[in-house]
Amino acid sequence: MHIQKSIQFTAFALAFGLSVTTAAAADLVIGMQQEPTSLDPTSDATASIDGMMTQNVYESLTIVSENGEVQPNLATSWEVSEDGLTYTFALTDAAQFHDGTAFDAQDVIFSFNRAMAEDSVNPSKGIFKPIDSVTALDARTVQIKLKNKDAFFLFNMGQGDSAIVASETVDTNNAKPVGTGPFKFDSWTRGDRLTLVKNPDHRDAAMVALDKVTYRFISDPAAATAAMMAEELDAFPGFPAPELLEQFEADPRFRVNLGSTEGEVILAMNNAKPPFDNIEVRRAISTAINRDEIIDGAMYGKATPIGSFYPPHGKAYVDLTDAYPTDTAKAKEMFEAAGVVGTTMTLRVPPFPYATRSAEIIQAQLSDAGIDAKVENVEWGFWIDEIYKKQNYDMTIIAHTSPNDMGNFARGPKYFYGYDDPKMTALWEEISTEVDADKRDMLLKEGQKYLSDQAVHGFLFQLPLLGVFRNEVQGYWSSAPVLYTPLKGVSKN
Amino acid sequence: MKQLPANFIIGAVLVAFVVGVAALSLIWTPHDPTDLNIRAKFGAPSHVNWLGTDQLGRDLVSQLMAAARNSMTVALVAVLLGGSIGVALGLLASAIGGWVEDIVMRLADLGFAFPALLFAIMLAAVFGPSLTNAVLAIAFINIPIFARVARASGNQIWTREYVLAARAAGMNKFTITLDHILPNIAAAVIVQATIEFAVAILAEAALSYLGLGAQPPASSWGRMLSEAQTLMYLAPELAIYPGLCIVTAVLGFGLLGDGLRDMTDPRLARAR
Repeated sequence: MHIQKSIQFTAFALAFGLSVTTAAAADLVIGMQQEPTSLDPTSDATASIDGMMTQNVYESLTIVSENGEVQPNLATSWEVSEDGLTYTFALTDAAQFHDGTAFDAQDVIFSFNRAMAEDSVNPSKGIFKPIDSVTALDARTVQIKLKNKDAFFLFNMGQGDSAIVASETVDTNNAKPVGTGPFKFDSWTRGDRLTLVKNPDHRDAAMVALDKVTYRFISDPAAATAAMMAEELDAFPGFPAPELLEQFEADPRFRVNLGSTEGEVILAMNNAKPPFDNIEVRRAISTAINRDEIIDGAMYGKATPIGSFYPPHGKAYVDLTDAYPTDTAKAKEMFEAAGVVGTTMTLRVPPFPYATRSAEIIQAQLSDAGIDAKVENVEWGFWIDEIYKKQNYDMTIIAHTSPNDMGNFARGPKYFYGYDDPKMTALWEEISTEVDADKRDMLLKEGQKYLSDQAVHGFLFQLPLLGVFRNEVQGYWSSAPVLYTPLKGVSKN
Repeated sequence: MKQLPANFIIGAVLVAFVVGVAALSLIWTPHDPTDLNIRAKFGAPSHVNWLGTDQLGRDLVSQLMAAARNSMTVALVAVLLGGSIGVALGLLASAIGGWVEDIVMRLADLGFAFPALLFAIMLAAVFGPSLTNAVLAIAFINIPIFARVARASGNQIWTREYVLAARAAGMNKFTITLDHILPNIAAAVIVQATIEFAVAILAEAALSYLGLGAQPPASSWGRMLSEAQTLMYLAPELAIYPGLCIVTAVLGFGLLGDGLRDMTDPRLARAR
C-alpha cells in the first residue's frame, strides 16, 4: 500500500514536472469554436479546417498576406505569358512532405488533377474550372495553361482548396494530414483538441517561433470565456460571443481585436424549392427582415450590415442596404399576394451563436409579417450533410467566409442555394476572366446590384472577426482576407 | 384528522402558486412573451416590465409565466403517460406473476439503467430536437419507476384476506385488479407521481438547457438559463429568475410528495 502510494506520488510529481516543462513559452493554445469533421481542406468546406491546417500543415503554390497580397510560397516565382493564359511556376527545392517524401512537380500535378477531376470532391471546384492543363517542364517547374483569363487565379492558388498533397497520403489526410508546411500534425482527440508541432525540417524553420500549437474546441461561449479567463487558452481568434468582449477589454491581461472577415452572413433560401423559387416571396422576406435589429440583438451592434454579397471593406463595394427597407405591413401584403401567409417555413440553423441568435430574431420578424417560421437548431455535421450536400432545407443562416465568392451564385442548381440563373452565371464568367482591376470592380458592382435585385437570399451582415488574445501573443492577423492565419508569424513571449 | 405536516403545507402553497401562474398564463400574460423589442433590451424593472426585459427586449415576467405553463404541461403529460404505462405493467406483473412478472421487472431494470438524457439525445438525433421528444424521453424514464411501485404495492394487496376471498368466490384476476388492487395502491402511486412531477420539471429544464427540449420561440426556464449563461456578467438576473422558478417548482412538488407520503404511510402516522 505504502509502496503503491509512493509510486503514485512519483508518477504525479513526474507528470506535474513534465507539464511544467511542456508549458514553455513557445507553446500556444488556441480556442476554436468549430470542430471540423475532416482535416482535408481539399475535400470539405468547413472553414475551421483552413483555419488550422492551411499554410500551417499544408502549403500551396502561393500564399496570401494579411492585406490580401499574393506572395510566393511553394512556388518561389512565376511568369505569366503575354496573353495571360500560361503561368510558369518555379518550385522550391527545399520542401518535403512530413512523411519524408520529396516535394516536386509531380505532387503539384497530382493535386491539381485530383481537384479538377470529374468526380472531384473539392469544395471550391469552380476555382479550377479555368485550368486547361497542368504539366511539368522539369522536376522544379510547373506550367499551368488556362482556358480563359482568370483574375483570381494566383489568389486562389493560395487558398486551402489548392493545397498541395502527396498521392501517398491523400487518402488518410482527412484524419492524419500530411503536408509540406512549417507545422506537423501531431494528434487529434475528437471533441477536445488537436495538436500541431513544429516541423524542424521546414525551409523557414528558423523563423518559426512556436514549438507546439494546441487547438481546443470549445463551442460554448461561456466555457470559452472561462477558459480564457483562467489562462488555459492563449488566444481565441474567432470569439463567438460579442456580449462578453467588454470584460476582456477591461482586463489588462488581454487584447481584444475587432477586425473584418470575408464572411457574408446570409439568410439563405432554397431557391429551387417553392415558395422560394418565387422572386416576390424572396423580396417579401427581404422586406420583412430588419438588419439593424438583428445586428443589435444578435451581435450587440458589432457588425456591419450588407445589402448584397460582397464585403463592405472591399474596393468594389456598393451600399445596397436600402434596397428593401424594412416594412412589415408591406411584407405582409407581398406574402398575401404570393399566397404564402399562414404557411410554415423551417429555418434550420447551424450551431454558431451568430446564426442561432439571428434566427430567433428573424423568426419573430417573419411571424410579424404573417409567416410561421419554425427554428430548428442542428449540429454542424447534420448541416453539412442535409443542407449543404442534400439541399434539404427551406432557409438557413450561414456565413460565407471564402474570399471572392460571388461565384457561389454561378454554381448552378446543385449548389445548396438551388439558384440557377444564366444571367448571373454569364456575369460571373465575365468577372472572373476580367483581368483589368477597374473594369472588374465595375462588374462586381453590377453583380452586387443584380443579386440584391433578385433577392436571392436575405443579406444580413458582414461577420466581424472578434478575437481575444493574451498580451504575450504577437503576430496574429487582425483581419482575415483568407480563411487562415499562418502560425509561422505568430509568437508568444 | 391530525394536523397536516409542514412539508405538505409548504409544498401545497408553492405548487398552488406555480400551477396558478401557469394556468393564468393560458389566458393572460402582461405582454406577449415572444414579442421582441431589441431597442429595449436589458430593461430595468419598471411598471411596464415588472422584472425588466431580456437580451432581446422580451418581457421577463411574461416569459417566466409562459415557461411555467410549458414546464407544467411537459411534466403532466410525461408523468401521466409514463405513469399509466408503468402502473399497467406493474399491475400486470403483480396479477399474473411467474415469468410475466420476471420479464416485466427485468425490462424495468433495463429501463432504470438507461439514462433519460441519452434517450433524449437519441430521439433528437433521429427525429430532430423537439418538445414532444423531450416529453417522450421523460415519460420513458417514468415507466420502470411506476411499474416497480405498482408491482410492489400490488403484491402486498394480493395477499390480503378480502382479495383471497374474492378469488375463492371465483372473480377473475382482471376484475380483482380493477376492483381491489388499483384503488388500494392509488395512494402510493399518487405520492410517487408527485415526486416524479418534480423530477420531470427538472428533466425538462435540463433538456431545454441542452437544446433538446423546447425550441425557440417557445419559452422554457431551461432555455432561458442557457441563453443567460453568457450574460451572467452583464445581466445576472436573467439567469437568477428562471433558476428561482425551477427551484420553487421542484421544491414545491418534492415537499408536497413527501407530505403526502407522510400522511398516507400508516407506519409514519403511528410514529407521530
